[in-house]
Amino acid sequence: MLNFSKIKKSLLTAIWFMFLTFPIMVIHINPVEKAVEWRWHNMFLVGAGSFLLSLLWHYLIKKKERCFKDAGACESDTAPFLQRFMNEPRLYKPALSALTVISLSFPFLFSSYQVNIMTTALMYAVLGLGLNIVVGLAGLLDLGYVAFYAVGAYSYALLNHHFGLGFWTVLPVGALLGALFGILLGFPVLRLRGDYLAIVTLGFGEIIRLILENWNEFSFGPSGIANIARPSFFGMQFPLKGATIYIYFLMIALALFTVFVVSRLQNSRIGRAWEALREDEIACQAMGIDKTRTKLSAFALGATWAGMMGVVFAARTTFINPASFTFIESAIILSIVVLGGMGSIPGVIAGAFILILLPEHLRVFSEYRMLIFGAVLIIMMVFRPQGMISMTRRIYRFENVKEGRGIDK
Amino acid sequence: MNPLLKVSKLSMDFGGLRALDSLDLEIREGEVLAVIGPNGAGKTTLFNCITGIYEPSGGDIYISNAGGGMERINGLLPNIITKKGIARTFQNIRLFPNMTVLENVMIGRHCRTHSRIIGAIFRGRSTVQEEKEVVRKSREILEQIGLSEYVNEFAKNLPYGAQRRLEIARALATEPFILMLDEPAAGMNPQETRELDDLIRGICDRENISILLIEHDMKLVMSISDRIVVMDYGKKIAEGAPDEVRNDPVVIKAYLGEEFAA
Repeated sequence: MLNFSKIKKSLLTAIWFMFLTFPIMVIHINPVEKAVEWRWHNMFLVGAGSFLLSLLWHYLIKKKERCFKDAGACESDTAPFLQRFMNEPRLYKPALSALTVISLSFPFLFSSYQVNIMTTALMYAVLGLGLNIVVGLAGLLDLGYVAFYAVGAYSYALLNHHFGLGFWTVLPVGALLGALFGILLGFPVLRLRGDYLAIVTLGFGEIIRLILENWNEFSFGPSGIANIARPSFFGMQFPLKGATIYIYFLMIALALFTVFVVSRLQNSRIGRAWEALREDEIACQAMGIDKTRTKLSAFALGATWAGMMGVVFAARTTFINPASFTFIESAIILSIVVLGGMGSIPGVIAGAFILILLPEHLRVFSEYRMLIFGAVLIIMMVFRPQGMISMTRRIYRFENVKEGRGIDK
Repeated sequence: MNPLLKVSKLSMDFGGLRALDSLDLEIREGEVLAVIGPNGAGKTTLFNCITGIYEPSGGDIYISNAGGGMERINGLLPNIITKKGIARTFQNIRLFPNMTVLENVMIGRHCRTHSRIIGAIFRGRSTVQEEKEVVRKSREILEQIGLSEYVNEFAKNLPYGAQRRLEIARALATEPFILMLDEPAAGMNPQETRELDDLIRGICDRENISILLIEHDMKLVMSISDRIVVMDYGKKIAEGAPDEVRNDPVVIKAYLGEEFAA
């Protein structure tokens, strides 16, 4: 399996890497002694390292290709495993109760810091599920998703600042405003697809951020809005520690609510229309689906969750400014959806947890954190482009029918 | 008796190219009408104009409505035309590849169902009922087309002939009164073509759905159609029963060239 040509390729890769990293890894100028040091051992390390990694890479690619050729040889697919797991009450019931116990006791066992990270992960899970409607189901690549997040956050911040409205009043308002802005974005991009759509949504995200940054009278500009009220519990305010735990539970509830609504939408007439739109726009229209309405509903229902999370975000940090809503946020949410598995609810949740918790816990290696993060993304996309947990289709059972397999190979 | 579909003086220009040149056409109730012609004659353009994918540059398209009158449908959106009762298949298969066979047909039921977002979230009794009905009906259509063994299979994994049949099933799910088939036998082997022959005839006779058919397989065309329209360079050059058309010198010339016509 590791034949001569692979070794040759890896050798070439190694030489190439040694050449590329030569200036930074080998030559070292010592300004104090005015001397040039030649660190040849570094060159050797780079060469050996890249040679081994390249061999490993070729080996894994080969393995993956073999899996494609004779299907069934590689039953390592997690999707059928998960499917089996979900269909077996003896397995998933204890797992579910363990998960419930852990999530309920979590804030009492760990520090506020840990609870905070977990809350962030939950928020991103909800954001991911929202974007999943637009990107995963309807197939509309949206790079400006953070705009709706900003809309939600600023609607709470401003309504709280000017009118003293509470968190619970603004939560639905934020969701509605998010949906409204979703439709607002949807109208001009109705005719666009793919790359063009991505560019316009990217622009939309930037426009919202720039407006917030520059319209001082409205949004208080780059200095942002401070002293936003934390969520109250039937008119009661918690001290800081209590509020952290309260928001954690609030997020658990909201995440469950999101999963409930999104899964029901997915398995409905509208969810099917979204998927048809993703699969083939012309055929979808020819089947009697109103393209305009379907696209707008996807944008609106996706943006709703971002608006809602924006409100939570503002209430949690008590301070917002436009710097929280940059393009990188959209990119992270999109990565969550793609890495987790487009269209798959458990996938997106898992993606959110990994992409948010991993960098936090990797703070130990703070210098290499982003490097590892990037490498993980690349490796995932090469070896598992469908995401960690790929979308499974619902299987309909009828009497007297030979069952076809509804699981993709 | 009014025709179900009437196309009159229909023209379609793409820049300087005239793809359809004042074409007239009628489909009557319960018939199979085949449109034939050499490549580039404008057959698929005709389909696209009727189904609303293109807006014609000139002329009119009418369909008969429930009241017995005629209704002009030029330039309506494709989904509205489908809702009015004209369904189609595509020359190059356009299924929803990553959805199951059943789901593909369920999409066809979209325009005959009504549940909305609120209904989908709360799943009230009417939504559940409607959903059950969609599954039942789609299943029934699949059985009728002979695809029930593939119900939960991905559409993209189906054999080629089955994919073509699935397109027909999906179109039938929209409850059309005119079914437009764009080269349904393309790429099929003789056995599959024979089965398709029976299927199309069955749809026409049993379901009382009129059929407009584009096809290059002359054996199929001759055996299945009640009337044939021959097109060349966007114009209608002949029309009539299969036997008349077969012996028409104009048609032979269009297909085979000048020297064979004599």
